Order: sequence, then structure tokens, then C-alpha cells
Amino acid sequence: MRNQVSLFVTCMVDQLFPKVGIAMADVLERLGYRVDFPEAQTCCGQPAFNSGYRSEAREVARHFLRTFEKSETIVVPSGSCTAMVAHHYADLFQKEPETLAKVHELEKKIYEFSTFLTDVAGVEDVGARLEEVVTFHDGCHALRELGIQSAPRRLLARVRGLELREMQPAEECCGFGGTFAVKFSELSGAMARTKLEAIVGTGAKAVVSLDPSCLMQIQGAISRAGLNVRTMHLAEVLASR
Amino acid sequence: MSVEFDRKIHLTLADANLQLAVYTATGRLKEKRKEVTAADVLPEYQDLRSQANALKKHTIDNLDHYLEEFERNVQARGGHVVYCKDATEVSDFVLDLAKKRGSKLIVKSKSMTTEEVDLNERLEHHGLEAVETDLGEYILQLAHEKPYHIVAPALHKTRYDVADIFTKELKIERETVPEKLTMIARAVLREKFLKADIGISGANFLIADSGAVTIVENEGNARLTTSTPKIHITVAGIEKLIPRAQDLAVFLKLLARSATGQLLSVYTSFLAGPRRAGEVDGPEEFYVVLVDNGRTKLLPDRGKRQSLYCIRCGACLNTCPVYRKIGGHSFPWVYSGPIGAIITPQFMGPTHEPALPFASSLCGACGEVCPVKIDIPKVLLELRSDVKKAETREKQNRLEKLAFRIFAWVMTRPRVYEMAGRIAASMAPASDGKWLRNVPPPMNMGPVKAWLNDRDLPPSPSKSFRQMWRSR
Repeated sequence: MRNQVSLFVTCMVDQLFPKVGIAMADVLERLGYRVDFPEAQTCCGQPAFNSGYRSEAREVARHFLRTFEKSETIVVPSGSCTAMVAHHYADLFQKEPETLAKVHELEKKIYEFSTFLTDVAGVEDVGARLEEVVTFHDGCHALRELGIQSAPRRLLARVRGLELREMQPAEECCGFGGTFAVKFSELSGAMARTKLEAIVGTGAKAVVSLDPSCLMQIQGAISRAGLNVRTMHLAEVLASR
Repeated sequence: MSVEFDRKIHLTLADANLQLAVYTATGRLKEKRKEVTAADVLPEYQDLRSQANALKKHTIDNLDHYLEEFERNVQARGGHVVYCKDATEVSDFVLDLAKKRGSKLIVKSKSMTTEEVDLNERLEHHGLEAVETDLGEYILQLAHEKPYHIVAPALHKTRYDVADIFTKELKIERETVPEKLTMIARAVLREKFLKADIGISGANFLIADSGAVTIVENEGNARLTTSTPKIHITVAGIEKLIPRAQDLAVFLKLLARSATGQLLSVYTSFLAGPRRAGEVDGPEEFYVVLVDNGRTKLLPDRGKRQSLYCIRCGACLNTCPVYRKIGGHSFPWVYSGPIGAIITPQFMGPTHEPALPFASSLCGACGEVCPVKIDIPKVLLELRSDVKKAETREKQNRLEKLAFRIFAWVMTRPRVYEMAGRIAASMAPASDGKWLRNVPPPMNMGPVKAWLNDRDLPPSPSKSFRQMWRSR
């Protein structure tokens, strides 16, 4: 039996895309991990932080710190929420040395899902099978704040039946950006349509990403445009067999 | 958001020709930068960025020292340094000098700092003729427009647009071949160079240890501007300083690569004082106007003062998915793109356009390409916090503040959070897994309505993750 891992499924997966969380738990359990779900978890606080409301973000971050205090390892199906904890919590607690020390402990034990598999579990082949032509969208925070680029591609390369076709450019933002998507909805929508052109250009039938928020933006635009392409979180791909 | 900002964004997004022109031009610059900074082409690229950042940090941290050193060295070479705190002081200095010398015609090479202080408008108002000699700037001067981009000012103009402008303003027969259009501009500008009384340039770097001004360019117009007229004036922001001439070994490797994808620009000129005995060209009088115009306001803030490290390469504009959609003229000031979004609120004050730091998806592409490693997304986040603190103090935008108070209250109470989630889910319309094009009242308002303008909404699942987990 491998070690214990705690899931932080994110509020978005909890409320809107629960199957992503279940898929992630399935993959981890198949690899022999004991998986728990700290029930007090809610949100990482990023919506408030990115909107400029730092004291509100700090309250939510404190709740996160308490909730995961006892967890040894935390796995998250989102690059963006992982980056919020691993990169921005420290900014919130610059004036509180004790909390800051706890934040630094937390930074060491929180992992985005794909990098947990490749770097901690040390696996690339999780035994998945999916007959599908897919393209991969790099979430901005996974790519630029966490430096994740090869891990998901290595994992996808070992999925039986799957063909990965890279879109050009894969690393350009889908236009979600949290409250940006509604504060500047017309602009955000225009960015999403540019992303769709890149996706359609590959001929892929599914778009895979590490972030439910990017996928919500992309699927929302696909659905509006009436395109025959679906979106899948990496966990859903890896749970397929 | 101001009505003006919203309107400009909307108009730019709706203009298909403009969208294509901007997306294509920035895409080309973006790809060229990528090629010449690739690890196999320039293995030391990341080291150079770190060195450039360290040099700029050191200079800005010791700005007083380097300003004085620069001033001493300019004077030692027979030049003059003039400090101006704002736009009025810059134009007053130029107007006064022009009056004393009886000057009428001024030629200018590209300078964002003079755009920033509206120098042309102020000079023209007092009857002086100031002619832009950079081709892009000249096109825009004829079109009565401000630069669209800090490096490629007429990036949004196609050759047909330029043909229209030249035909109308120069009263010539319509010509659409770029080379021929260039020759037409060249003929007009040569006459201006020969007749000009004063030449005004910007600066890419001010070198403290040598009292010299460095200008990089591709057209040769800066060289003519700075060497032909009897009087030369460099107008530059105080942040353009670098300590030593040898530091250019770092900055020149980065600047042209980041800006246009060139290894070096065609011309790199060094101006050090007026013409000396025995020299065949160069101005008789040499002035360096050092402009504050809000820059010193950034110095006390250790987090945000890195905004002054900028070397105006424009790489952040070319890579920014927002700039590439809304273009340069949607921005509220002459500095556009990500760098404009961080310096405008700091130079002009946070109320100038409070929505500006929010007009970003925080994708981070700007920070990734910045040759001096300004953490633009981090500064944007700090500016957002500044705006919200000011709004809270002024009791503005209270509904949003209340929404985030509720957000924090709910997110720190797991049971309330779960209940709120289930209530929201129960209000969502029934859907067999299909994404929703509309939702009934009262849900079709605020952020939901804004989302639905451009995208469909995910259906609400029958169970939340935690419900599924419990019954697993």
C-alpha cells in the first residue's frame, strides 16, 4: 500500500464538475494510494485575491491552512488553484511570520495532479485506454507559475488508443481569467473563439486540460458555436479504460 | 469601467480588418522574438534576463547617485542636463530655447516620452512645426493619431491605410507599394532634416559613467535628427539610466531581440555632447531633458517600483492575448499593453481608469517574455488590491465588496457553503447534461448574464463531489 493523499478537489469541481474529482480519486486509488477528502474544504480564495480583495482572500486561505494542516500530501485537479496556494499565499501572509511558516510547509506538500503522478508517484503509464484524437490546452497558471508542460503530455503519450495533436499555439490563454471572464465578457469571449480556431485546426475530437476553469470557458464557447468537440480533464482521460 | 474604455474595446473587437491587422503584426513579432531567444540560439538568454534585472534594480535603487553622475559627465562633455517634473516643464523648456534661438522647424525621432508629455501638440500650439521622422510616427502624425504600439507605432495600419493617408495629406497620386510609399516619405523628410533648427530625440539608455545617450533604431532617421540640426535635445525618462557603458553588453543583446526579433537594430548611436573641434558633424548645442512626470512616485514602493525597469521593447504587447484583441488605442494612455496597464495607474493615479489593472486574464505571458523580468502579473495584482482599498475607503462599488464579504463568510463555513451550493443547484434549470444557452430569472443577471453573452453555462450536476464521495 502506498501513502495517504488528501484531495483538494476545488470548489469548481465540487459544485460543477464532480466527475473530475471522482476520476482523480479513481486513478490515485488504482495506483495504490489511500485517498481521503477533508470535508471542511471549500475554496482556495483565488476569486477574492485576483479581484483585489486581499483581506477576504486571507480569511479563506486561513481556512484552507486549517483544513489541510494534518494532510501529508495534497493533490489538486487544477494548476491554477495549486498555484494560488503554492505561489500567492505567501504574499498574503508577509506580515505574519507564524502563518508564513505554515504556508511554506504547505507549499512543499501540495501538488497539481499530473505532476504528482510523474514526479511523486513516478508513473507515466497509469493503464488507461481511450480511443480518441485529442489536443492539449496548457492552462496559464500550470504552465507559467508552476512550470508544468511535459508531465501531462508524457501521461497522455502512454494512454492506449489516444492520439495527441498539438494545437498552435497551445500556450495561449483561453480567456477565462476568473472574474475577468464576466467583467470583460466580450473580450474574454473573443479570446475563447481564437482558442477554438486553434483547437478546430487540429481536427481533434476532445480538448484535454489540467484546469476545470479553462475547460468550462472552452466548453462554453464550443457549445455556443455548436462544434462537435468535447472537453475532458486529464483525470477523466487517465481514468478511462 | 469607464464608458470610454468599454466603448473602445467593443469597437476594436467589432472591426474585423483591424483585428486581422493587429493579430497578424503582433504574431509576426512574437514569433521572431521566440526564434532569436530560443535556448539553442542564445543559451545565455535567461542569464542575460537575470543580469538585466539586477542592473536595473541596482540603478533604480540608487537612482539619485546615477542621476548626479550622469549629469556631471554630460556637463564635462559640454552638454547640459535639464530636469523637468512634468509635461509643462518639458514644453516650456523647448519653447523657451526655440524662442531664444529663433527656431521654427523641429525634426523629431521616435520618442514615447515626448508622446507621454504631448510635446508635439504643445509646440504646434505655439506656432512651431515639429515633424516626426520615424516612418511609423510620420504616418500617424499625418493621420492625427497617437502611437498604437510603443515600438511599432503604426502597427495597425495596412499599406492601403497608409496609401489613403498619404493621398489625402500629401496631395499625391495614390500609391500602395510599401517601398514607393517609403520613398515618398523619405523625399519629404530629407527636406525637413536639411532645414530643421532643432532635433529632438528620445533615448534607449542614458549611460551614467560616460554621460552618453544611446539610441537604437532601424531607419537612420534618429542619426539624422541628432546630427544635422544645430541644436539637439534628448528627452528621456529618468529610469532610462544604466550605470556603465559595459552594461550595454547585456541590454543590447536583449532589446532588439525582444522588440523586433533582430539580433541588433540597424543603427546603434551614441551621443556624447556637442560637436568638438575638428569634427565634421554634430550639433553645436546639446541638451538632455530628464523627465519625472510621475516616475518618482513609484520609488517608495518596493514591490511596484520594478515597473521602472522597463526598456520599452514592446515584447509584452506582442505576446499579450488582451493587447492582440483590444489593440493600442483602447488603452487610456500612450503606453498600451501589459506595461501600460501597470505604469498608467502609477504615473497618472489609480482613478485615471480604475478598470485598467482588471483588463487582464492574468495569463502571465507578459512576465515570461519581459527581458528585464518585471513581474507584471504580480504588479497587476497589487494594483488591483490598491484600487479595491481605495474603493472601500471611498465607499464605492459597495455591492461587489459585499459580495466578496459574503464569499469569505461562506467559504470559511463548510456547512453553509454546502447548503448554498445545493440551493444554487436546485434553482438551475433542468438539463439532460446539455450546456445552457439561457437561464430563467432571477438567475439571468449580473455575472451569469455576462457569461451567457458569449458562452453557454455548464448544467448543474445532480450531486456535488462531496455528496458523491459520501455515497461512494
